[in-house]
Amino acid sequence: MPVIVFVEHDEGRIKKSSKEAICYASAINSGDVIALVCGNAIQDEMELLGKNGANRVLHATESRLDHGDIQAYASVISQAMDKENADIVVLAKSSVSDAVAARTAIKSDASFATNVTELPDTTDGFKVKRSIFTGNAFAWVELLKAKKIIGITKNSVTYKEEGGSAGVIDYLPVLSDDDFNSNVTGREKASGEVLLTEAEIIVSGGRGLKGPENWGMIVDLAKALGAATGCSKPVSDLEWRPHHEHVGQTGIKVSPNLYIAVGISGAIQHLAGVNSSKVIVVINKDPEAPFFNAADYGVVGDAFEVVPKLTEAVKAMLA
Amino acid sequence: MKILVCITHVPDTTSRIAFTDGDTKFDTNGVQYIIGPYDDYALARAVELKESHAATITVVNVGGLETEPTIRKALAIGADDAIRINADPEDSFFVAKQITNVAKDGGYDLILMGRESIDFNGGVVHGLVGELLGIPSVSPVMKLDIDGKVAKITREIEGGKEYIELEMPLVAGCQEPIAEWKIPNMRGIMTARSKPLNVVDPVDTDHPNKLVRFELPPPKGDIKMIDPEHMEELVSLLKSEAKVL
Ligand SMILES: Cc1cc2nc3c(=O)[nH]c(=O)nc-3n(C[C@H](O)[C@H](O)[C@H](O)COP(=O)(O)OP(=O)(O)OC[C@H]3O[C@@H](n4cnc5c(N)ncnc54)[C@H](O)[C@@H]3O)c2cc1C
Repeated sequence: MPVIVFVEHDEGRIKKSSKEAICYASAINSGDVIALVCGNAIQDEMELLGKNGANRVLHATESRLDHGDIQAYASVISQAMDKENADIVVLAKSSVSDAVAARTAIKSDASFATNVTELPDTTDGFKVKRSIFTGNAFAWVELLKAKKIIGITKNSVTYKEEGGSAGVIDYLPVLSDDDFNSNVTGREKASGEVLLTEAEIIVSGGRGLKGPENWGMIVDLAKALGAATGCSKPVSDLEWRPHHEHVGQTGIKVSPNLYIAVGISGAIQHLAGVNSSKVIVVINKDPEAPFFNAADYGVVGDAFEVVPKLTEAVKAMLA
Repeated sequence: MKILVCITHVPDTTSRIAFTDGDTKFDTNGVQYIIGPYDDYALARAVELKESHAATITVVNVGGLETEPTIRKALAIGADDAIRINADPEDSFFVAKQITNVAKDGGYDLILMGRESIDFNGGVVHGLVGELLGIPSVSPVMKLDIDGKVAKITREIEGGKEYIELEMPLVAGCQEPIAEWKIPNMRGIMTARSKPLNVVDPVDTDHPNKLVRFELPPPKGDIKMIDPEHMEELVSLLKSEAKVL
């Protein structure tokens, strides 16, 4: 039976995390993967989902779907499951994905799991591995119902791009006004920035940077690396940086390939949000900073001297 | 206005995570419990709304007798009464069904909770409850104001925020900076002792999931220290050894 992937886009551009979700679906059932795209996405980008393993793209063109309306998305997915006779839905982690998974599960009477970090184990039943305790442990959970909704985290499958493009078919689910309860009155969004949740590399700054005026060097290093910028909780509490950059237990959980922490002590609540990064580099002037215990590479030194040198070294390497 | 705040009773953020019984049970040995930090934000905002909008606050928790100190703390912070649904919070579906059962005839305008719990991090209960009740749910909510029947909400999106308005009743999954955590004062602690805490029986549900076992992450390898004067060495290690550049 087909696997549906709920594909999200950022101003029309398909998110990398959603492409990864296509790879995930294709690893479960290569041959019948349906990408479900809502709202105004770029045509070429939808077709290119074929390279990640999508066999078809269903495009729900209704313009009201441009905004992240949890209920409307759940309604679209649930109807697509019926129409296509699909029993598995895959969603990549986003600001709406978990809630959409939840509402879809109720509508379609499905088992569900969010924060899944690996491909399912189907040797005996259908079991998935979820991240719990904010990355400090995992739980293997068996999904018992015939229909299954799976929310995955970054790096839960090997990313691949091969093969050809996929055909895009317009899809017109039945949506009522009840599906669109929220009236969007405005939006503030940094554009042109690498999103924290999508980033392969993150450069993150803490209170050790002393003030917002010193973020230039963090931004420079991030630019040189093509990285996103993050920060610790006090930094966003003090409004040195916007809230959407706050990483940790009560902020965004990230899992980039490389996390560079500058002037962050490494409190357990911060570590909880970064411990699934592949490689961690810590720059701190205090050799006793707890973050060094969680790091792969460490530099004991003054950030104000080390970071510009690192940026130069990165530029030299890329030159 | 009537507000229902759903709270989790979870291990303190500094707890050592370990498992027993063949990795099927969380090891509670020496663990201190707190109100889930996200739920605590939801509660703090509810208390502010109580003052500005003459609201009443009921807190609800799905848990055994051991969660009552956590519930009393929520009463001390400012909730008016509490409901404990006397059952193990087996999984998010079970919890959502229980909350829905107490909420369905309660006439609540707002159902607030954290955007996720910090033990199982599902991030789904607000969506489940919203769907089961047939009302909207919004998450993650970083600002919430009430104007008549309309809730004005700031929701976090990737790389920014979105402003939305919708009519109550609704469910909101909250996070900072919706309000600042409140610490109970002496008077709150005293009055909390006599506030009603009603214990109700759970309803039966089916079980879409089954826990198989828990697992701990592999231990972290050794750290390599780099001379702060030699950042080219770090870059070269990140490229050739770690292969992340
Ligand atoms: C329930 C709860 C939830 C929380 N959630 C989060 C969360 O999600 N995310 C989070 O980050 N925190 C969270 N916290 C807060 C956390 O406990 C720490 O207080 C916070 O992470 C510390 O931030 P910091 O490392 O930037 O600041 P500090 O702890 O002040 O550390 C600053 C570091 O900078 C170093 N430094 C100073 N000057 C320099 C220099 N010139 N060069 C290099 N290094 C320098 C210092 O040695 C120090 O290690 C939470 C706390 C609680 C109780």
